[in-house]
Amino acid sequence: MTEQNTTAAASRQSRVYPPKPEAVYLLGTCLVDSFYPEAGMDAIALLQHAGIEVIFPQSQSCCGQPAYNSGYDEQARAVARTQLQAFAADIPVVVMMGSCAGMVHKEYPKLFAGQPEEAAAIALAARSYEFSEFMVNVLQLEQQLAQAEDQSPLTVALHTSCSARRGMGVAAEHKALVENLPGVQVVEPERVAECCGFGGTFAVKQGDISAAMAADKASAIAATGCQRLVSGDCGCLMNIGGTLDKLQGEKQGPEIPVQHLASLLYTRLNGGDGSQISQKRSQQYNKKSGDKA
Amino acid sequence: MSQKIASDSMHINIEQLQQELNVEQREFNELQQRHFKVRAKMALENEALRKSFRGASDFLMGKRKAVFPDESALSALRDRGEAIRQHSLANLPELLERLEKNLTANGIQVHWAETADEACTIIHDILTANNARTVVKGKSMVTEEIELNHFLEARGIECLESDMGEYLVQLAGETPSHIIMPAIHKNKAQIARLMHARAQTSDGSQVPYTEDVDELIGNARAILRDKFMRADAGISGVNMAVANTGTLCLVENEGNGRMTTTMPKLHIAVTGIEKVVEDFSHVPELLTLLTRSATGQKISTYFNMISGPKKAGELDGPEQVHLVLVDNGRSRIFSHPVLKPTLQCIRCGACMNHCPVYARVGGHAYGSTYPGPIGQVVTPQIAGLEKHGDMLSACSLNGACGEACPVRIPLPELIRELRAEAVSPQFTDAAAVSNATAVQEVMGRGAKRTLGESLIWRGWALTHRFAPLYRIMTTAMTRGRGLFRSKAAAALLSPWTDSRSTPQPARRSLHELAKARGVAGQYQNNTADKRGDNA
Repeated sequence: MTEQNTTAAASRQSRVYPPKPEAVYLLGTCLVDSFYPEAGMDAIALLQHAGIEVIFPQSQSCCGQPAYNSGYDEQARAVARTQLQAFAADIPVVVMMGSCAGMVHKEYPKLFAGQPEEAAAIALAARSYEFSEFMVNVLQLEQQLAQAEDQSPLTVALHTSCSARRGMGVAAEHKALVENLPGVQVVEPERVAECCGFGGTFAVKQGDISAAMAADKASAIAATGCQRLVSGDCGCLMNIGGTLDKLQGEKQGPEIPVQHLASLLYTRLNGGDGSQISQKRSQQYNKKSGDKA
Repeated sequence: MSQKIASDSMHINIEQLQQELNVEQREFNELQQRHFKVRAKMALENEALRKSFRGASDFLMGKRKAVFPDESALSALRDRGEAIRQHSLANLPELLERLEKNLTANGIQVHWAETADEACTIIHDILTANNARTVVKGKSMVTEEIELNHFLEARGIECLESDMGEYLVQLAGETPSHIIMPAIHKNKAQIARLMHARAQTSDGSQVPYTEDVDELIGNARAILRDKFMRADAGISGVNMAVANTGTLCLVENEGNGRMTTTMPKLHIAVTGIEKVVEDFSHVPELLTLLTRSATGQKISTYFNMISGPKKAGELDGPEQVHLVLVDNGRSRIFSHPVLKPTLQCIRCGACMNHCPVYARVGGHAYGSTYPGPIGQVVTPQIAGLEKHGDMLSACSLNGACGEACPVRIPLPELIRELRAEAVSPQFTDAAAVSNATAVQEVMGRGAKRTLGESLIWRGWALTHRFAPLYRIMTTAMTRGRGLFRSKAAAALLSPWTDSRSTPQPARRSLHELAKARGVAGQYQNNTADKRGDNA
């Protein structure tokens, strides 16, 4: 009988991390692209600050996960093929979300098994890293947070997505990055490891169940008294944040802004307004890029 | 006088109660005929039900965690469990032959059933050949799967469930809502009403109303004890069938399993063909994984090892022991390269205890014998995607089930695979599936494919494949972001917006921002430039 250990953490332990590379690709993900671009820009700034050249291929779109999880393999493969081409050079790929990282790192080799692109898919999977995974295991960023410019007190609830926690096994990396930020107090909501109810098309196909899960998650987070909700996955942020927002609008809950982990790290490290979140930060970047032009 | 009033009011109460229960039972039956989503919505709106399931999930997850304090020891044990089960499956045909040979040598009569109907017929034939009119049943999910009780009762044979949970579910005219705790959907007050209105003691009198748990169990025990004494036959399930020794292992907590298998003259064990293990040395690890994962017990109160009927000169035990090996679609699962691990299952129920969807909707929402993640994987495969494919969408692919599974069944992967089977362009009907080939397709493959959905995904693939189209789409979204605040957008994005604010796209996409920042180049070009610089 062959024995194999298939837990995410165990398989990750066996993952060999490269030394700091000269250049990386950023796989922004479609959700970050249109809804949370400031998170992508903050990640680019963090990587550049570490002396790494960042390349954001303009031909990238979506990892293909929505179709793949719905069982439409052919359509998922067609879209994934575009990413194989966009990220073709042999440099590490930093992926902005745990679920998309899981798609590329774990599912691409299965999706392309027996296809002409199989070798390319395996190669891309092997050099793709979830954002926090790269920041901790390649850049050791968690050891460089003591000098953060903004050390004002901030209470943060951290939601590690199921795909980051179980798929990629990077819950410890998420925690290390947030906990080592001076002034930041991390609070843990009840049932911290339970799904928020997003699940991609699940939220649409089983809207009632998804909403019930999101409501429970939102109230658990509100109960912590946190000032901000941080996650490495924007699907969860949109789901929990949207629920919190609606409850707050109906005067049934507190105002809790949501933020991608990359933005929390960037704003704390480089000062700036710690309360600059989501839309505000994208405005800031728009302004900056406008200035340049 | 006062005595008379009291008994009158009690009489009225019981009649009322019985009527109420009849209505509830009718509603339950009607609901079971409805669509998954209707059942799920009803369950979500039932606060008592949600409280029961949430409480049970929390309790059982806590118990499991407490008996597996060491993560690495648990991981190693799960590796062993997986290896043992995979070993069984890798050698399934040969192990089943060996099992039959050794069971027969032990005096246990072996029967093979390809379908549910065949299994029921075999069992009915054994019972009628022995003039058995009353049956007590130990807890057995496979007999729920083949709907044995209906089959036998329609032919005039009385079947009484003797597991406390199964007994209550049978009394209510319902089906189990959990494979380990069949009546977990009922609270104490509901059980008290049920026992008072419907249970009858051996002398035919009504069971007094009580919400005291010990009294409730005492009342059921007295009723069941009498039935055990009189039953013509006992029917049980099997947790593990050991090929090398011809032994049937049965795990239980109430002693009803032992009574079922030893008191009546005739014992019929029923099991799916996947439950075989090669050697007795495999039993302790699987047993400890099973009880710890199921109820957080280091070992169950009873563990029965049945190795034959009563021998000459022995006082106790049945005169005949039969084993019915049920296929009912398992060979088809066995032939499928990706779905085969479905058969590794040891029916502990940990996947449902850890499933956040199950915790909210409960077992009956699934409308199948096996609920929760393993139910979503097993049911469409044995009963077809056409009838049971809808439950596959009730999964957020969060992976909690796969993480809890003691034998490492990759449940989320299997659910995803079945989604792909359900929307495959090639439809196969049940009849075509029975034509055996090396790999047999899932029954009802392609049954859930709709023109609308496949067009949506084609359109999605088109816009995400070609960069110019994708850019047009994101530009439209970012430039038209104001429209997302409109009521029309909220209506269009329902059900998302029913309980969430409408998401609003950013002013500029990351593609645009990154380009403005000057990081949108090609890596190849950059290295070429760099080389040029260096030279």
